[in-house]
Amino acid sequence: MSDDLKQVVVFELGDEEYGVDILQVKTIERLMNITRVPKAPDFVEGVINLRGEVVPVIDLRKRFELPARERTEDNRIIIVNIDSITVGMIVDSASEVLHLPESQIEPAPKMISGIDSDFISGVGKINDRLLILLDLSKVLKYKEIEQLENL
Amino acid sequence: MDMSPYLDVFIEESREHLNNLNQFLLKLESCPDNQDYINEIFRSCHTLKGMAGTMGFEQISVITHEMENVLQSARNKEIDIDSKIIDILFEFVDITEDLVESISKTGIEEEKNIAYVLEKLKKAIRSGDCHTSENHNESKGLESDIFNEFEENLIKVAYDKNLTVYKIRVFLNEDCLLKSARAFVIFKNLEKFGEIIKTIPTVEDIEDENFEDEFTLYLISNSKAEEIKKVINSISEVKRIEISEVNYIKKEIILGNKRNLLKEETNKEDEDSEQNAAKSESNRLKTTKTVRVDIEKLDNLMNLVSELIIIKTRIEEIGDKRDIGAHELHEAVEYLERITTNLHDAVMKVRMVPIEQVFNRFPRMVRDLSKELDKEVVLHIEGEETELDRTVIDEIGDPLIHLIRNAIDHGLESPSERERHRKSNQGNIYLKAYHDGNHVVIELEDDGRGIDMEKVLEKAAEQGLLTESQSDSIINVDNALDYLFHPGFSTSEEVTDLSGRGVGLDVVKTKIESLGGTIDINTKKGQGTKFIIKLPLTLAIIQALLVDVGSEKYAIPLNLIKETVIINPNKINNIQKQEVVLYRGNVLPIIRLDEILDSTKNNTGSNREDITLVVVNNGEKQIGLVVDSLIGQQEIVIKSLGKLLSNIRLIAGATILGNGQVALILDTNALV
Repeated sequence: MSDDLKQVVVFELGDEEYGVDILQVKTIERLMNITRVPKAPDFVEGVINLRGEVVPVIDLRKRFELPARERTEDNRIIIVNIDSITVGMIVDSASEVLHLPESQIEPAPKMISGIDSDFISGVGKINDRLLILLDLSKVLKYKEIEQLENL
Repeated sequence: MDMSPYLDVFIEESREHLNNLNQFLLKLESCPDNQDYINEIFRSCHTLKGMAGTMGFEQISVITHEMENVLQSARNKEIDIDSKIIDILFEFVDITEDLVESISKTGIEEEKNIAYVLEKLKKAIRSGDCHTSENHNESKGLESDIFNEFEENLIKVAYDKNLTVYKIRVFLNEDCLLKSARAFVIFKNLEKFGEIIKTIPTVEDIEDENFEDEFTLYLISNSKAEEIKKVINSISEVKRIEISEVNYIKKEIILGNKRNLLKEETNKEDEDSEQNAAKSESNRLKTTKTVRVDIEKLDNLMNLVSELIIIKTRIEEIGDKRDIGAHELHEAVEYLERITTNLHDAVMKVRMVPIEQVFNRFPRMVRDLSKELDKEVVLHIEGEETELDRTVIDEIGDPLIHLIRNAIDHGLESPSERERHRKSNQGNIYLKAYHDGNHVVIELEDDGRGIDMEKVLEKAAEQGLLTESQSDSIINVDNALDYLFHPGFSTSEEVTDLSGRGVGLDVVKTKIESLGGTIDINTKKGQGTKFIIKLPLTLAIIQALLVDVGSEKYAIPLNLIKETVIINPNKINNIQKQEVVLYRGNVLPIIRLDEILDSTKNNTGSNREDITLVVVNNGEKQIGLVVDSLIGQQEIVIKSLGKLLSNIRLIAGATILGNGQVALILDTNALV
């Protein structure tokens, strides 16, 4: 049986490898000057100037409630576009693009290294590696915003 | 032939004509004998028919054709325009509108049941004491010189060049075998004399032999009528021809420059033609040339201007840093600034359209609603020439429709109730637009029953919107009115077709706020309600003051700033935990921006002896904002923070500074 190949952008966060569908990724940027936005949810790092466009950036570590880590040269901002919202995500590093056969994707288990399983759309297996595939619209949909709306 | 490239033009122009139809039908309704109105409606129908025919939209051509017939009969005084016929004509316009909308969405004409309206029309006409319209089908158009805009222009040009426009009616022998070929020969011969601008039936129909044994054509020529006649008569199988000069001047005035003239002289049809010619001349001069431009192209242009302004700011900054040649650079930058400012103004002006476009559809809507609800309503419109940015125009229609519906349904009382309150039976709605500084204000006022405050509070309590402390204390009117903007709030006891579901005002408010505007209500029980909508004139580029707060830079829109002052910290007093200073004889509350924005303090070097205050307007009041230092005034390009951060109340948007960094724009109205 032929297998549909899915292309995923692989990035690291802590000890885990994650993947996002390449169709959702606009560009990958190095860290740049980020302007803080007061009163924004704490995982919102601020906004950047992406070639003339103002784009919000979130810190994925904070989003997943992982311990903060010093920024290095390896840090990247992955610019994604979901539901017509453009957002940058700060990750520890972004390494490669992989082809992942659909058959190698399994549904999300209950818990993976302390990350809310709501954010995970599945787990991809390539040889010995495990890729956590993110459901980006859930990553961006957060209670804090809804709370803000109700103020 | 692929018509898709012309689809947009077709849709745009159809909408204009439909709008025109609505307008003049309304006028005709109040003044059914006015020939000028009928002519105007006829002209729009005719153009629509022609356009739809070319594009292959049959239903529209059929409907407009029927409308033409009705109007033709009315023109010939065979039928009287009564409210029944007007209703049906309106119905026709609605159907055409639906069809055009369906075309704009899908590119094809949606199948509509037009047969029953046509039937209705026939009945209406028969019920009148007149001939049916069928007879006119054949002779229609032959008696009247109706031209579309293009042809009209040709005729105008011809008159300018002192050429004559001939109307030539050619009758062929009944036994003529190849009618189309004969017609072709006639055309060929006539083309020697000048230009054939129009034929009845159309050239296609003539080529397909879709005509009896006569056809009419219009020829622009500098030859004499006799010469033309001679040539045509020499062609065999031509029975006879009728040739006459087209005196189109009078119609041209009526059709060409309708608005001004209709106001001035509606019934003076028989003025001498020379005078009219002179007038038409002056009218012609007034019309400016226009080009239709895709809004996307304008947006693109606008973006480029924005980029230009950003780079200009950057050059300015570089110039400030360097001493060498600073003077020359400074001069050059100043020059650049003048150009960019002018360019920006020019582009903004291109994007401005009169709010008329939105207001135009309201008279029709009010008419329909007042019939439906059995209320007499008069809509007074003022300031429709006020110009607004195109993007705002596109968005403001729906909220206004909502408010007008509300006003008619809830605001205005029924005639009997009005009588009881000693008001005239007729309810009034005033719609007014005007400029106010950098804003455009739209006011919508009705003289109805007003909003019942007690009922609002009652309902608010019922729906659990009041917190306990609020319901205990006396609530002022402003607060109570705020509940009206709550989602799901409605004081209406029953849900009608039009309103009452409570999904109204909150949507209106959200929309207006998303456009950077505000909405206020004034209401007096028994006297009416007034909605005041304030919208920004321009959306993209503003003048702003840049300030330092902590280690960050913020922009404050200049139009909100009253002034900047430096005060001594000793002058700050505390009133109920609120810091205030005495400022021009008034108590001015002050806000420390670094605290409210949670900035990291930047204590190094800042001597805390004097405090810089930026005094800004906050609604009716004024507040003082404490900043670390002022950077300067700058033109900034407003960019949205995006959907994700749209709920940050303190921040109105962001802008990109000359050095490429992002600075946030403060929303001073949200500070308190």
